[in-house]
Amino acid sequence: MPLNTVGRNVRKVDGVKLVTGAPAFTDDIQMPGMLIGKILPSPHAHARILRIDTHRAKALAGVHAVLTWQDVNRVPHTTAGQAWPEPSPYDTYLLDSKVRFVGDRVAAVAAESRAVAEQALRLIEVEYEVLPPVLDMEQAMQPGAPMIHDEPDSKNIYDARRNVAAHIMREIGNVDEAFCEADYIFEREYRTQRQQHCMLEPHVTICWLDSDGRLVIRSSTQVPYHCRRQVAMILGVPVSRVHVIKPRIGGGFGGKQEMLLEDICGALTLATRRPVKIEYTREEEFYMARSRHPQILRMKMGVKRDGTVLASHLKVLATTGAYGSHASTVQGNTGSKVLPLFRASHLRFECDVVYTNTPVAGAFRGYGCPQGFFAMESLADEIAEKLKMDPVEFHRKNVIRQGDVDRLSAQLGEGREGLPRVVRSCGFPVCLQKAAAAIDWEKKRRSPVGHGSPVMHGVGMACTMQGSGIAGIDWASAFLKMNEDGSFYLQVGASDVGAGADTVLAQIAAETLGVSLDKIVITSGDTDFTPFDTGAYASSTTIITGGAVKKAAEKVRAQVLSLAAKMLDAPVESLTCGYNEVFCKDEARKAVSMTDIGLQALYKERLQIMDAASHFNTDSPPPFSVTFAEVAVDRQTGKIRVVHLVTAVDPGVAINPMQVEGQVEGAVTQGLGFALTEDLTLDESGRPRNPNFRDYKIFSAKDMPKLTTILVQTEEPLGPYGAKSVSEVPINGVAPAIANAIYHAVGVRIRRLPIHAEDLLRALHERQPEHAEEEVLVVQ
Amino acid sequence: MKTMPLCITVNGAVRQWTIAPGDLLLDVLRREGFFGVKRGCEKGECGACTVLLNGKPVNSCLVFAAQADGCDVMTIEGLASGGEMHPLQEAFLEHGAVQCGFCSPGMILAAKALLDRQPHPTEEQVREALAGNYCRCTGYKKPVEAVLRVAEKSNGAPRRHKAGAICR
Repeated sequence: MPLNTVGRNVRKVDGVKLVTGAPAFTDDIQMPGMLIGKILPSPHAHARILRIDTHRAKALAGVHAVLTWQDVNRVPHTTAGQAWPEPSPYDTYLLDSKVRFVGDRVAAVAAESRAVAEQALRLIEVEYEVLPPVLDMEQAMQPGAPMIHDEPDSKNIYDARRNVAAHIMREIGNVDEAFCEADYIFEREYRTQRQQHCMLEPHVTICWLDSDGRLVIRSSTQVPYHCRRQVAMILGVPVSRVHVIKPRIGGGFGGKQEMLLEDICGALTLATRRPVKIEYTREEEFYMARSRHPQILRMKMGVKRDGTVLASHLKVLATTGAYGSHASTVQGNTGSKVLPLFRASHLRFECDVVYTNTPVAGAFRGYGCPQGFFAMESLADEIAEKLKMDPVEFHRKNVIRQGDVDRLSAQLGEGREGLPRVVRSCGFPVCLQKAAAAIDWEKKRRSPVGHGSPVMHGVGMACTMQGSGIAGIDWASAFLKMNEDGSFYLQVGASDVGAGADTVLAQIAAETLGVSLDKIVITSGDTDFTPFDTGAYASSTTIITGGAVKKAAEKVRAQVLSLAAKMLDAPVESLTCGYNEVFCKDEARKAVSMTDIGLQALYKERLQIMDAASHFNTDSPPPFSVTFAEVAVDRQTGKIRVVHLVTAVDPGVAINPMQVEGQVEGAVTQGLGFALTEDLTLDESGRPRNPNFRDYKIFSAKDMPKLTTILVQTEEPLGPYGAKSVSEVPINGVAPAIANAIYHAVGVRIRRLPIHAEDLLRALHERQPEHAEEEVLVVQ
Repeated sequence: MKTMPLCITVNGAVRQWTIAPGDLLLDVLRREGFFGVKRGCEKGECGACTVLLNGKPVNSCLVFAAQADGCDVMTIEGLASGGEMHPLQEAFLEHGAVQCGFCSPGMILAAKALLDRQPHPTEEQVREALAGNYCRCTGYKKPVEAVLRVAEKSNGAPRRHKAGAICR
């Protein structure tokens, strides 16, 4: 039977409430007696709290609680919303007597209004012993550098004395030997910046005690179940006494894969026995939430004269900021998801992730890959040029293909040994062909527009990949039950954060059960009412939760068919589901409606048709993406305008192609910001210089280039209805494609992000002849 | 705390509220249950709190509620009428222009204001009209397409906005 719901551009199942402004988000409720919580941020990058006096704040009318480190449990933990046991170090405390970045928590208050809460913060007297900060990641490991985590009780820090949160060293094959066999060795250094998620809805949490005295946490989170576990541990209450509700979320992009406000908001509710809301202001969101890990990457590749890549060696220095949230895993991805792009059998990845007294880094769409691919795909472009190969040809020759086994992944799992990845579906060849055609590569590469004029055009490209869930770790469950009108309730712990997971999961259920989409009512992300799910991250929901939904739906379908067989007096093998009924495959008139089956089950058979399933994968099928960019560069001002951005993506089967396109277009727009504008910078004392939209600058509707999105669908055996994932992979190629296009336009390579006009102009003025750059070693 | 009366028409209904002189229109509207008005930055930079004030899009975080006295305000809650969604709301859903939906109310209202004064805008005009409404999910392609599609389908003259409330 042809697919009816999967593969169609159905409207979002939660769409109507969003476009009509119905109260659907965390903050869209009013609780009687609700207090407003505020956090006192540290004004110093590194300091010890010698004395903290809250008497005047507590005496202020309308203040109900003031908490400092003296008032709360000291439980080392990580805020990273990862499966237990989290691979991130346990180096964070609800409140501490030491502050480690500008914006670190000093105290928290709950008061009857925001104005009173803010006034109370000003009345807290703190005496600090200001310590020298480490702001530069290259200084963090130097002898004599101040030690950021000198507390004795933190756990799983790789080397606290040297400020190293995590260290990774993995190799397959023998890279040094392979380099000896190479005709050319190329080595370059690349630098990436601190990018912030800028989801439109800032982090917000509302906590209260329900009528049974249980702690309810309504929160903008991607990880309700991890959040429940972490808050229970930190506040010392049983998991069973915590109820986390994820309403509609106004964007996450990894920033909400983090237990960020839930613990302190819960502590204020326990202290006051009142509902408490904490909402970050936009400014707080910029520096008190999370960001992408800044990295310095040294990429080295050895190639044969014919363009075959023999070996790749990537050495990364990254900073996780003041706390090690996602420190080892983001950086692990920089190696494991990036290096296997080319089919070399000798790969080495070395990495130090250091603490600095800077805003904390965390999960962010791409999860280490945008940095890694910027380095690798920029270098690949240089290599192709040196070998006088077309970059497309170079990639055709070297990129991973169907049937390949990526063995580096087996060494670099989520903080431990992983599993090898087998490429069972790969759309790279078609992606390359279609994307090149869409940007008119051959012609524009040969004769770029604007030659000889001040504004020169150029085209560049990059190939990238990602994963679909974390192999062997991410898992999910789904529960389905049938109603007497032939509809089904679907309950999943997954967290739709805006990307459309609820819609995709409902489509999978509807398809499997043979009913129309309106017959599926989905509830998601509620720890009391939906079964477990690790959460919305690692491009996992469609493939992992979708797998659980499909399994549960298949079990329920079997029950439906079995009852229908009895009602129709026909063998069950002769029946199938479709069009909201069960009918005989050979005799379509012999049919019974889902409504009649539902009624029969509940009121005649006294049977609740229902079932549940759990699902996980031992592999993480990679989605693939190819990005082509055309830029126009003004040689007199350095101004860079992206003219056209083409992205061809292999997401497996697109369950909802319109939503898949939306993921691609949103991802590349964040990629444009990463490439050209976005950078949260700090002054010499560690204070953020630009914590607002005006000075930070994300792309607006007016700034956008022409976007072309091409879906190259393949059939992935491990995914539900052949689906893989799409949300992360398209962000990876934008920066290198643009950097390569800039080189094509004006002959200058920029190896530091974001690429500002002034940096490009400076580089144009200082341009040296290419052969003078001594880092390209010609071996033979 | 000093208070003052506010007489304002919201989505066609005359309201009499008591406010503090320094209250922002954003805060008053949310306090009164118009949750479709979103708080994204409180600095007039993101556009999530866009409402139509006498037919013109404004950032309600930059307007004192007192300044809206006697004015006509439309929030996203007032756009659908008689259970029917506005063509822009339909188009945003049909074209996949909504992801998380946090910016959608402001963006749809900004688009409505554009189409009211310019029923057949160019793509450039649409992008200009939406430039004050940040979206971090969609890359703007589908929202712009949705607005253009609504414009294509409409043949009528621009709709005029009703005059402001008269209370006293």
